[in-house]
Amino acid sequence: MDYSTFLIQSLNAIQYGLLLFLVASGLSLIFGIMGVINLAHGSFYMIGAYLAFGLAPIVSDIFGGGFIATLVFGVIASAVFGYLLEWAFFSYLYTRDHLQQVLMTYGLILVFEEIRSLLIGDEVHGVKPPTWLEGSIPLTDVMVYPTYRLFISAMCIALAIGMYLVFTKTKLGMMIRAGSVNREMTQSLGINIKFLYRVVFAAGVAIAAFAGMVAAPVSSVYPGMGGGILIICFVVVVIGGIGSIKGALVASLLIGFVDTFGKVALPEAAGVLVYVLMAVILLWKPNGLFKAGT
Amino acid sequence: MKFNQKKILVALTSLYVGIASAQNTTKLKVGLMLPYSGTYASLGNAIENGFQLYVQEQGGKIGGREIEFVKVDDESEPSKATDNINKLIKRDNVDLVVGSVHSGVAMAMAKVAKDTGTLLIVPNAGADAITGAMCAKNIYRTSFTNWQPGYAMGEQAAKNGVKKVITVTWKYAAGEESVKGFKEAFTKNGGTISKELTVPFPNVEFQSLLTEIAAAKPDAVYAFFAGAGAVKFVKDYAAAGLNRSIPLYGPGFLTDGTLEAQGAAANGMLTTLHYADGLNNKRDAAFRLAYAKAYKMQPDVYAVQGYDAAQLLAIGLNATKGDVSKKAEFEDAILKAKIDSPRGTITISKAHNPIQDIYLREVVGKENKFKSVASKSLADPARGCNL
Repeated sequence: MDYSTFLIQSLNAIQYGLLLFLVASGLSLIFGIMGVINLAHGSFYMIGAYLAFGLAPIVSDIFGGGFIATLVFGVIASAVFGYLLEWAFFSYLYTRDHLQQVLMTYGLILVFEEIRSLLIGDEVHGVKPPTWLEGSIPLTDVMVYPTYRLFISAMCIALAIGMYLVFTKTKLGMMIRAGSVNREMTQSLGINIKFLYRVVFAAGVAIAAFAGMVAAPVSSVYPGMGGGILIICFVVVVIGGIGSIKGALVASLLIGFVDTFGKVALPEAAGVLVYVLMAVILLWKPNGLFKAGT
Repeated sequence: MKFNQKKILVALTSLYVGIASAQNTTKLKVGLMLPYSGTYASLGNAIENGFQLYVQEQGGKIGGREIEFVKVDDESEPSKATDNINKLIKRDNVDLVVGSVHSGVAMAMAKVAKDTGTLLIVPNAGADAITGAMCAKNIYRTSFTNWQPGYAMGEQAAKNGVKKVITVTWKYAAGEESVKGFKEAFTKNGGTISKELTVPFPNVEFQSLLTEIAAAKPDAVYAFFAGAGAVKFVKDYAAAGLNRSIPLYGPGFLTDGTLEAQGAAANGMLTTLHYADGLNNKRDAAFRLAYAKAYKMQPDVYAVQGYDAAQLLAIGLNATKGDVSKKAEFEDAILKAKIDSPRGTITISKAHNPIQDIYLREVVGKENKFKSVASKSLADPARGCNL
């Protein structure tokens, strides 16, 4: 592998890692802070992608369209959806054991998939990137890099910084972290923990849906797209340390590099390399790379 | 009381005759084991639609018998396939089974069919082994082997003056068989495969492979992906700008049923398959019209395969007057028949796979337009089959 190929592959790795982070950070919030094993997280990603596909024509009918307008609408809709979902289902799960959480969230996956099938059908659909991001940057004499992929990376970095700041520098972040350490104590200090959790959950859903919407023009939308991303997201969360945003970022980038270079250097083992990485890191640090709340 | 022996005898005899003559007028129970949910749901529906269309055209009867369907959703789940087909055969007592789309499911079905002797018609799954190492007297296929479109594209690529090719596929049986077919024909005609790239199934992160391809600069790329993977690969390939200097070839599945999602990225692509848009034969035109009328949508290659599964069954059962158990006569009729398929006339090989023209198609707008015949009457080598 020559130097320029190596650089391009590194770019691919970072871009894939950042996208993983975007999806996994929402899971890390819900799983890490609230302690709920949420198998339906992949479905929120799928819902986001289908929103990008289904919402765009509606938004353009009412408001004259625009990619950003669709994104904003999608995020608001999914946050509201997440808020209601927490109220109706997840708020009953905090005190139950993990098996019941797994059962209910698995049930939700089936429900979401069936609704998707009824509403949109089972075909694969493409989503067009906005025209102002359709260009590309030449990398080598035969290969170019689509501008839209750079846009995805920029969005991911912005979100990572935003989440980090909210988490470590604001009062809201402090309350969330306190709640994750000791729920009862935080409540007795006069903080409405129920409402707080509902907001965190809504944010987690909105982030996953946002990831789906942003990724849709590259990944296209199809049945079962949530399932594949869910597993790798759990790997990210476990490697990075449950409930750590910083850990999720580092783990995503690690997986991005291992996956990208693994496919080229060790194609025979590409399918398991990520899991080997997880096993090695867990042997070295059984609780993941970072502590919760960082 | 005194019984009239003669009367009883007459009654019993007439009862017996009644049963015997009823044998071939009872309904023919057809087990449809297809994916009705999940990724392949639309393929399963198309196959059933095609099958039903032919049955309706025959007035609802095949081989003089009315049809009763028993449907099972196989969920494209190989681990449940053995149970599912066993239930159809043992609990529902079906006369034959039609299925399925997923090769893993179809392989499990073929194994059970071989053991129990139940008639099985495979309307899609392309695993070479079904009409190769696992072939049997009672197993037929109306679709293709993975080898066939690959082989035809290998010949075509060599004809186009391509010398050095990189292949890309998911690391699973269908993709590897397709690449094998391509490689066989391409190297036989003087080409070389400079690299065989694989991605774990069903991973769709292709960027690192595209970078490899760009660095190696082959004359062309041969890729096998289907469904969502095909959409993403073709779009990523075009987004990386590779389609401007390195043509992308593949079997038809790379662009079939996916063109709406692929958009302009697929334009001008060449693929090979046993069906195409714009075939311009009367049979196809009539089929398309009838299908569109019945289901309010255009048929695809899967619908054709389902339609031909019913045609094949009809040819066999007409020869045996509706008796499924006369396997030798059934087979005899099918091996002799020229099946008038919408894809063009096909015959069935000794291993029970179609001998068919493989077409070269070019993507024009939303259609896979017929360009030429890439390989005339191509028969699968049926390696490992002793029929």
